[in-house]
Amino acid sequence: MSDEVVVIRDFHKSYAGAPAVAGVSFTVQRGEIFGLLGPNGAGKTTTLECLEGLREPTSGSLNIMGIDPTRSPNRLRDLIGVQLQSSGLPGSMTPREAMQFFCAYHGVAPRHDLLERLGLGEKVNAQFSSLSTGQQRRLSLALAIAHNPQVVMLDEPTAGLDVGSRVELHDLMREMQAGGTTIILATHDMAEAAKMADRVAILLKGKIAAAGTPTQLTAKGSGLVKISVSSEDNVLTKTTQALPAVAQQILKDEYVIYYSQDAGETVPAIFDMLKAQGDHLVDLRVERPSLEDRFLEITQPSQTNGGER
Amino acid sequence: MTAFFHHFMYDFRVGLRNKSLLLLNYLFPVGVYVIIGLLMTGLNPDFAPTMIPAMILVAIMSCTLLGLPNPIVESRNSGVYRSFRINGVPASSIVIIPMLTSFLHIFLVSAFITFSAGPFFKASMPTHWGYFIMILILAAFNMASIGLLIGVVAPNTNAIPLFSQSIFLPAMMLGGLMIPSSLLPPTLYRISLLLPTTHAMNAWRGMAFGMTTTYAPAWGLLVLLLSGMIAFVLAIYLFAWDPKNRRRGQYPWLAALALLPFVISAILLPV
Repeated sequence: MSDEVVVIRDFHKSYAGAPAVAGVSFTVQRGEIFGLLGPNGAGKTTTLECLEGLREPTSGSLNIMGIDPTRSPNRLRDLIGVQLQSSGLPGSMTPREAMQFFCAYHGVAPRHDLLERLGLGEKVNAQFSSLSTGQQRRLSLALAIAHNPQVVMLDEPTAGLDVGSRVELHDLMREMQAGGTTIILATHDMAEAAKMADRVAILLKGKIAAAGTPTQLTAKGSGLVKISVSSEDNVLTKTTQALPAVAQQILKDEYVIYYSQDAGETVPAIFDMLKAQGDHLVDLRVERPSLEDRFLEITQPSQTNGGER
Repeated sequence: MTAFFHHFMYDFRVGLRNKSLLLLNYLFPVGVYVIIGLLMTGLNPDFAPTMIPAMILVAIMSCTLLGLPNPIVESRNSGVYRSFRINGVPASSIVIIPMLTSFLHIFLVSAFITFSAGPFFKASMPTHWGYFIMILILAAFNMASIGLLIGVVAPNTNAIPLFSQSIFLPAMMLGGLMIPSSLLPPTLYRISLLLPTTHAMNAWRGMAFGMTTTYAPAWGLLVLLLSGMIAFVLAIYLFAWDPKNRRRGQYPWLAALALLPFVISAILLPV
């Protein structure tokens, strides 16, 4: 059996003639966490909804474990778990009822332990409409995974979650992955994608602009290292002397920020300059380019390194 | 079967838990029953023989035409049905279960009306209980199907009263509930044949209460059955999981086919 659990080939989707997704192809391996990144309107949710069988593609093929979600959506229901971007449950339904209701349709015993684990233990009898946004998201997640699906699709799962819940969700995702579950994660949170995803694809205007592991993607960027320096007398803000390997320099609050092609050359030069001017270092930070930097390079090329973001 | 049972029980509980539905399923019909019982039996002694079916029809209309469409439209437009779909809830359950729970609410209120109207308002009891219950089921099926169809085709909750009240209000005035349809002028009588309550009342009068009727009750039952079946099939056919993905939603006018048996009856039945 192939390890490719999700296969998408030349997928197009248009709404009233306007293309939302234009020729997307990717595969997801069994047990992989695959991040789908992109700005609003890039086509992430459309891609997920076509995979879930909620919408029909205009052309191309989508396949989950050998099943076409458009032709046989009902065969997929017990194999996939879905957390939609907007949690839709009847306002008067309680978490306990929702768990019983959906587990009954999946033919499994209700997983009330998941409600406890996701911090909903005290809210099991509260009506859905009375839950906070974060609680609604956590309930939606619990329902998505309660029937032990083989593929889980999470659309902005951490939106509205507090820090503790976010950590709990990430732990849960790791556990599911260890158990062989494949996870497709659509998110705006670059730190989350960098931390959790084995591979990511960046969607831009309905096309894949970049794909690979987070490390591969960041390595493919401009490669400029960000060096932030603050000193007692701020002499660096006044000097016009160019530093070696610096491609760009900006001022932000008390800091001078250099974008350097080689931190090994730039940092010693900064120390030399401070010493020569009789100034003393207060703070110095050297940061490698992050996935977010790479994402912004791709999605907003005109603004890349053009100012502090 | 377990899933169907859970869904049914949940939907039934919502009918009691949700304040709007509690009002439409129980409080409004019982309130109307008490008020009409106090007023009409004093003003018009001829009302007592048909009080039970008339008040049951108010309960049926309130529960189905007024109560059923709103949750359907709200659930569709707020994404509830999308959640249901990805978790394997079949469309048939979404359409059938509210209908069945409506029947249960209707039967409970009908039992209360039937067994209290005699002692409290000296209303006549049915002479043939079998027909009485059969017509009750048929009238509930017909109007529940129409209520479902309204919920399926109404684009938003603002449009629901337009459809529901176009049946509810004329039915209250012309549908034989307060005065027999036979007393209406010929033109209004002809119009009254477009209403399900006219046929239900005619059937109840003739078959369950042994009273005279203006046309054979069987024709009325046939009209209720055909219209209910057409509405039910169309409700399933036109059902959409979400407002942006209406595969067949571009044909809401098909819903008018459910009224065809009433139109034919208005043309063909004798005045």
